[in-house]
Amino acid sequence: MSQPQKQNPERAYAEPSINMETEAYWDATKQDKLLLKSCEDCGETHWYPRAICPHCSSSNTVWFEASGKGKIYSFSVMRRAEIPYVMAYVTLAEGVTILTNIVECDFETLEIDQDVEVVFRATEGDQALPLFRPTSQD
Amino acid sequence: MSRSCKVYIAGVFEHPTRKAVDKTIAQLHAEVAIGALKDAGLTKSDVDGYFCDGVAPGLGGMSMAEYMGLDLTYTDSTETGGSSYLVHVGHAMAAIAAGKCKVALITLAGRPRSEGVKSLAARDYGNDLPERGFEMPYAPVITNMYGMAAKRHMHEFGTTSEQLAWIKVAASHHAQHNENAMLRNVVTVEDVVNSPVISDPLHRLDCCVISDGGGALVVVSPEIAKSLGDRCVKLLGQGEAIKHLNSGRFDLTHTAAVKSGPIAFAEAGVTPADIDYASIYDSFTITVLETIEDLGFCAKGEGGKFVSDGNLISGTGKLPFNTDGGGLCNNHPGNRGGMTKVIEAVRQLRGEAHAKVQVPDCTLALAHGTGGSIAQRTGAATLIMGRNDA
Repeated sequence: MSQPQKQNPERAYAEPSINMETEAYWDATKQDKLLLKSCEDCGETHWYPRAICPHCSSSNTVWFEASGKGKIYSFSVMRRAEIPYVMAYVTLAEGVTILTNIVECDFETLEIDQDVEVVFRATEGDQALPLFRPTSQD
Repeated sequence: MSRSCKVYIAGVFEHPTRKAVDKTIAQLHAEVAIGALKDAGLTKSDVDGYFCDGVAPGLGGMSMAEYMGLDLTYTDSTETGGSSYLVHVGHAMAAIAAGKCKVALITLAGRPRSEGVKSLAARDYGNDLPERGFEMPYAPVITNMYGMAAKRHMHEFGTTSEQLAWIKVAASHHAQHNENAMLRNVVTVEDVVNSPVISDPLHRLDCCVISDGGGALVVVSPEIAKSLGDRCVKLLGQGEAIKHLNSGRFDLTHTAAVKSGPIAFAEAGVTPADIDYASIYDSFTITVLETIEDLGFCAKGEGGKFVSDGNLISGTGKLPFNTDGGGLCNNHPGNRGGMTKVIEAVRQLRGEAHAKVQVPDCTLALAHGTGGSIAQRTGAATLIMGRNDA
């Protein structure tokens, strides 16, 4: 059996700002799904999701569900915040690096290249917010 | 390719205030403009070009032009954060070379200290910002974003907190001689690494000060420079660039200086080894470390060793930097340090820096500005200047 993850208190997560280009992304978070966008013309995945592909300028961009697995590219524990939190960039298995927070972790043992997986938290709106936690070892 | 028409900086002024509770931002803009024009030996009726950042009061430069009573035929309000003013110098060089204006005034003013701006508050640029929903909920703050850059640099190159601390130590050695500097105490590596951690691995003393104030520059055509005498400083080269998150494929160990630097060096026809003095943007110690690597003063990854050998200290090091104490000790007016970087470089080339930090026979100087966040969207601008006879 694995050790229970250390639980640090977390701040309330504000309602995300949503627009016509990102409605589908935020709707999917209500079912704990992390969506990415790729381009049907050039085949490249991009982050953050856009209507127009930043690689080839095509409008044929499509949503797909991410694996939710990734590795920490870098992180910084924001110790001076009222409720300290971990700011991080996580490189997803799909190749893009995204801004996030790491939760359910011991601040002192986090490492660059550590395996992490997506987890969702309720926001002050209807949507959920994707964050990441260390991948369980069991 | 070198511009055939050489353009000069004729006047500079750094506002002495560090906390301006009794002055408006418009008033500070006007005070620095008056100071720089006086330093140049010109008056406001000589000014036909005006440059300011995107946060100066009003739409572009129009309200400030009206407030100061300027009669303009050229204006530019390019906004790239703290690097804006070095971008403005480059744009003034081009405008003057193209005959669009002859005397360009560039001003900066801000009062975040009086207004109680909190360094821990997240920046928010509004609802139309396309990346907003994917960043703001995670509480990105300038300190934790630069903290991630430092953490990654340490991971890849073995850079240590003690090495980063040397950058603050060097700045404090210089600031002790600057009577206007906010922090004049000489600090040690131990002082820096024992100061409270703000966001790993950055300590309080890895961070710049928050100050009110401002500064101004007057950039002029060669004909006007000739009439003003030898305090004019010659602009030899300028480069600017932007780096962003590139659709999710990026690194945190380089800044946009890797592009702006080579453009400036090529235009000036000089190399990093030729530079006698450098003003390097220092919002945080890590900003300096990555920038000196990117500009070619040492190889990528060797910045830690370069700074911990004492190379940034005037009088002993190979690359005397920020001899006014920089943003780490002197001031960071409006949370934008690019302006004061240019001003101290001009002082060095004129031989008007404090005697204790003046670089002997300083003939070539570099000033570098960094804007935005090096861990998100960042601007860079590099300026190479020579003594009047260079």
